[in-house]
Amino acid sequence: MFDQFDPAEDKMLQVIDNNGKVIGKEWMPQLTNEEMVKLYKDMLFVRTLDFMIVSYQRQGRVYTYPPNYGQEAIGVAAGAVLRHDDWLVPAFREMGAWLAKGVSMKEIFMFNMGFEEGLKFADANHVLPFSVPIASQLLHGAGIGYAIKYQKKDEVAMAFVGDGGTSEGDFHEALNFAGVWKVPVIFVIQNNQYAISVPVKMQTASINLAIKSKAYGIKGIKVDGNDIFAMLTVFRNAHEYARKEQQAVLIEAFTYRKGAHTTSDDPTKYRTTDEEKEWDKKDPLRRMKLFLEKNNLWSDAEEERITEDYKKEIDRQFLETEQTVQYPLEDVFKYMYEDMPQDLRNQQIEHEKFLQWKNARK
Amino acid sequence: MNIVNALNDALDIKLTEDKNVVIYGEDTGFEGGVFRVTEGLQKKYGVERVFDSPLAESAIAGTAVGMAAAGLRPVIEMQFCGFIYPAFNQIISHITRLHNRSRGRYKMPIVIRLPYGGGINALEHHSESMEAMFAHIPGLKVVVPSTPHDAKGLLISAIESDDPVLFLEPKRIYRAIKQEVSEEKFSVPIGKAKVLAPGTDVTVVAYGAMIREVQKAMVMAKEAGYSVELIDLRTIYPLDKETIAASVKKTGRIIFVGEEPRSFGVGSEIMAVANEEAFLHLEAPPKRVAAFDVIVPYPRGEHHYMITPEKIFYEIERTIKF
Repeated sequence: MFDQFDPAEDKMLQVIDNNGKVIGKEWMPQLTNEEMVKLYKDMLFVRTLDFMIVSYQRQGRVYTYPPNYGQEAIGVAAGAVLRHDDWLVPAFREMGAWLAKGVSMKEIFMFNMGFEEGLKFADANHVLPFSVPIASQLLHGAGIGYAIKYQKKDEVAMAFVGDGGTSEGDFHEALNFAGVWKVPVIFVIQNNQYAISVPVKMQTASINLAIKSKAYGIKGIKVDGNDIFAMLTVFRNAHEYARKEQQAVLIEAFTYRKGAHTTSDDPTKYRTTDEEKEWDKKDPLRRMKLFLEKNNLWSDAEEERITEDYKKEIDRQFLETEQTVQYPLEDVFKYMYEDMPQDLRNQQIEHEKFLQWKNARK
Repeated sequence: MNIVNALNDALDIKLTEDKNVVIYGEDTGFEGGVFRVTEGLQKKYGVERVFDSPLAESAIAGTAVGMAAAGLRPVIEMQFCGFIYPAFNQIISHITRLHNRSRGRYKMPIVIRLPYGGGINALEHHSESMEAMFAHIPGLKVVVPSTPHDAKGLLISAIESDDPVLFLEPKRIYRAIKQEVSEEKFSVPIGKAKVLAPGTDVTVVAYGAMIREVQKAMVMAKEAGYSVELIDLRTIYPLDKETIAASVKKTGRIIFVGEEPRSFGVGSEIMAVANEEAFLHLEAPPKRVAAFDVIVPYPRGEHHYMITPEKIFYEIERTIKF
């Protein structure tokens, strides 16, 4: 696969076109009908959840939120490939993968409501918390890769970054370390064309982002990030390659952020509606849906019904989370150290004395 | 044993005892580090456990985060204090935060070894003493030995700590002090200062390479009839306030001696402790004997900068006579 899509020739792996027609038959992943429908439903779920969180944000019930809108195929395909013991090193826009790894909706809500508790991922195995300092997390992926190899475990680490992140030193250092160490790490760039307002052409003079793999002696491939079949094929191959060859891989998933960078951003300021319309045709759900409909696997009625179910369940869990979350004072201190210094304990005790005084005043 | 031997011995013991301990950095593997602290360890434990990483400090620190999350206990070396800054983001954004961010799910048992301090006629970026910047970071512990015994015992504690530790090594005295140190495993607790010499007239708080300079000043002080109590901090954070406060309550005077830039430094924190914990016992203003707020001068100018025994004695006398 890697040899046939040489980033130097700017080739991009695709399986279906904008109308859901198969154009890359040999790269169609092996899937049962049920599995295909599940992939679509997972994307639909992510999109529904994503929209709901944006609306909660508009109602003032959650803080700033970075939507996944338009990029759902990447996270969902990653989630379909990662096994229980594989590691997920997120940036912050891979909802499908988080959910598949066992991150709960309530945790996602809690995180966006302003509780660190939402990053505990209590029922998820081997998922690091979201990482805000751009590209810094890729080094964690490389380090996990080293540990996997050192411990002789049958695991793979998958680490995410955006297109802007490829300009950071840590991106290059991570690829370099992973290349030198020969460790099973899949680096995934979600190239959604913009780093907030800055277009990708202002990040690099390279013809694409996958080509950066060549400088580090690792395999790289560019794939249509809005084509879930293509994503799945690339992830499956990369996963097997990383595991069997104990090597790092760089994947550029070519996509488009249909929504805002975060709920605080206004993309109309830096991009045109023509451009947005062009990408609407490439929407990952639209394409998959057209494919499924051609194969009589999906209908509008089903979509309507299931979306309603999703909304109800999401809202139920959101309300439950809203009603139960608390932030006791001790949580501010408790996790700073495994072995907490007495001085820090004293700071808490001192503050509690103040609170007692304050309450007695009322 | 000198400090280099003691550190090597501590690493050797932990490598034998715990398969999760790995050591890496620039030149730490084949060569054993530019100061030879890791000498012989690669040969003994293999290239998977003691190795040379590519030359990138941010990556050395950042990969340690991943390793620690996956169950290893990395001991990483930053070759010189002035080279640690590219790793600062990983230290302040992840090493010291992942435990908190994941609500205790991921521990960060990482030791960052950092040769620091001046007085070795080195070029720029090799002589700094910026420990206060690190002590200011929530989530980190900052340790600094001044003797071979403490170097071994503290490094063992640091490697066994489930919290990240910045382990400062006073490179000026790496080979300057020899001491009988047990070949057996022992540890020195993090967070406990040590009263090296009891005294009644003034408390001097110092650490690392400055201890030896204070001890030289104390010979002069003794000749002049002054009784100095010397506290070796050994850990900068968490600070052993009790030991400092108890001493100041006894002597009524306190001097901090450090080779760091004076303002907003470790010394400033010591002054705060003296004032907050022993205010009514003070008979003279707390005093910082620290470096100027300047960049460490190149070797020909360093004598203007470094704290000397005479300077320390001068301030001891002024404080006692205040």
